Amino acid sequence: MGGAWQYFQDHHQEIWGWTKTTLWLATLPVVVGLALALPVGWVAYRYKWSYPPIVSGAGLLYTIPSLVLFVTLPGILGTKILDAKNVAVALTVYTFALLVRIVADGLSSVAPATLDAASAMGYTSFQRLVRVQLPIAVPVIGAGLRVAAVSNVSLISVASAIGVTQLGSLFVEGFQQGKFPPTIVGLVIFIAMALVFDALILLGIRLLTPWRQAVAAR
Amino acid sequence: MTVSVVAAGNGLPGLDRVPIWFNDPSNWWGPDGLVIRTREHLLYTASVVIIAVLIALPLGLLIGHTGRGVFLLVGLANSLRAVPSLGLLILLYVWFSERIHSNADIPYFIERGGLASFIPAVIVLVVLALPPLLTNTYAGVQNVDPAARDAARGMGMTGFQVLRKVEFPCALPLIMSGLRSATLQVIATVAVAAYLPFMGGLGRFIIDGSQQITQAQYGYPAMLAAGITVAVLAVLADALLGLVQRIVVSPGLSGRSTTRRARGRGTPRPTAEAQLADA
Repeated sequence: MGGAWQYFQDHHQEIWGWTKTTLWLATLPVVVGLALALPVGWVAYRYKWSYPPIVSGAGLLYTIPSLVLFVTLPGILGTKILDAKNVAVALTVYTFALLVRIVADGLSSVAPATLDAASAMGYTSFQRLVRVQLPIAVPVIGAGLRVAAVSNVSLISVASAIGVTQLGSLFVEGFQQGKFPPTIVGLVIFIAMALVFDALILLGIRLLTPWRQAVAAR
Repeated sequence: MTVSVVAAGNGLPGLDRVPIWFNDPSNWWGPDGLVIRTREHLLYTASVVIIAVLIALPLGLLIGHTGRGVFLLVGLANSLRAVPSLGLLILLYVWFSERIHSNADIPYFIERGGLASFIPAVIVLVVLALPPLLTNTYAGVQNVDPAARDAARGMGMTGFQVLRKVEFPCALPLIMSGLRSATLQVIATVAVAAYLPFMGGLGRFIIDGSQQITQAQYGYPAMLAAGITVAVLAVLADALLGLVQRIVVSPGLSGRSTTRRARGRGTPRPTAEAQLADA
């Protein structure tokens, strides 16, 4: 462990640079993936005939192994093989694929009586969607978002296997030197990052669903 | 022979090289061709999934049945998801490669000198396959209608009989979906495990290709061809397990009952993963 700390001190500048790349790779795809999954999930919920093709299409996307997507995207997008953009696009695809179904199911899990009550109060169907259905679906969508965010962080490291530089490069160093310290430093930062994201999303869910705490406190 | 073909602006051989690669029989049937690599990939996947099921199924059923150790299980499953697979793989490899100096080999399975790679790879793959299997098995048992459990008890079944005849069959849909996610996870990560020397499987093409990317036969075209093959394996495995699921799950549970009862527009159950993440 002392060796790991020493390694961290000796290489902190390099590690900080990699951490910055890893941070945007971990955040941007989750945000974009969610932003895409909300409207598409709504379509799957609103137009029942579109549910099976959308959900199975998303399932198929989710089936593609990450390493395969990292390798294939340069051929499709014309990016360089070591470009971090490939990783960002791949993780966006996974986040989207995971969340589409959850959004659609979350929206349709709202009790019909609740919807009727909202309509009776004079909500238009758009107001009802934004102010009733989405808030009620937040815990379900949030749980999916946590899974996506945490697994994305650990998937980022896979890109190092083909040489994309980010924090996973610490593992490559550990492998090449046959030594523990870089690998341990990498594992610690990756796991810490995943836990922080998880905690932040959990906090977001709590802030967006104040009624749950109110009920729990009674 | 080192033919370098550079077509696109990104300095990589174009996608049109992939069909050419697939068309060359020597890429299929050589000693390290597509067929042998695919066989290795499937062998690794099958052995890892079997080991993981042997561990996770009894443990998950036990936790679901007794309700003990749930907190530990949820915490463990969630934290395992955060572990970067490549990091764990390399950590274990560094540890084992100092300690294993055996030259044992198993034809088509472990290459000579590959034991120091193979053991860490199997450990990491099993560790990754456990969370979906464990959480889904546990959640499947937990989700069993309490009335069904009570009825079984009322009929005089012992705890083990309730587990075997009621809880396990009722939990099968979720167990099978856990098995499917675990299998996909393993197929994907077997490719990553090729980062370690002497490991076979289709990831070999991808890892080796990334060292000589502009090369026409072993570079980017081979990486893409192997990548497509891994993706096809994943889709086929998922479809196959979906078929198995249809066969083993009781029709009364899957809503395909022969007595076409009215299916209520009930609320869809959140997935086990989502439930646990919410816990």
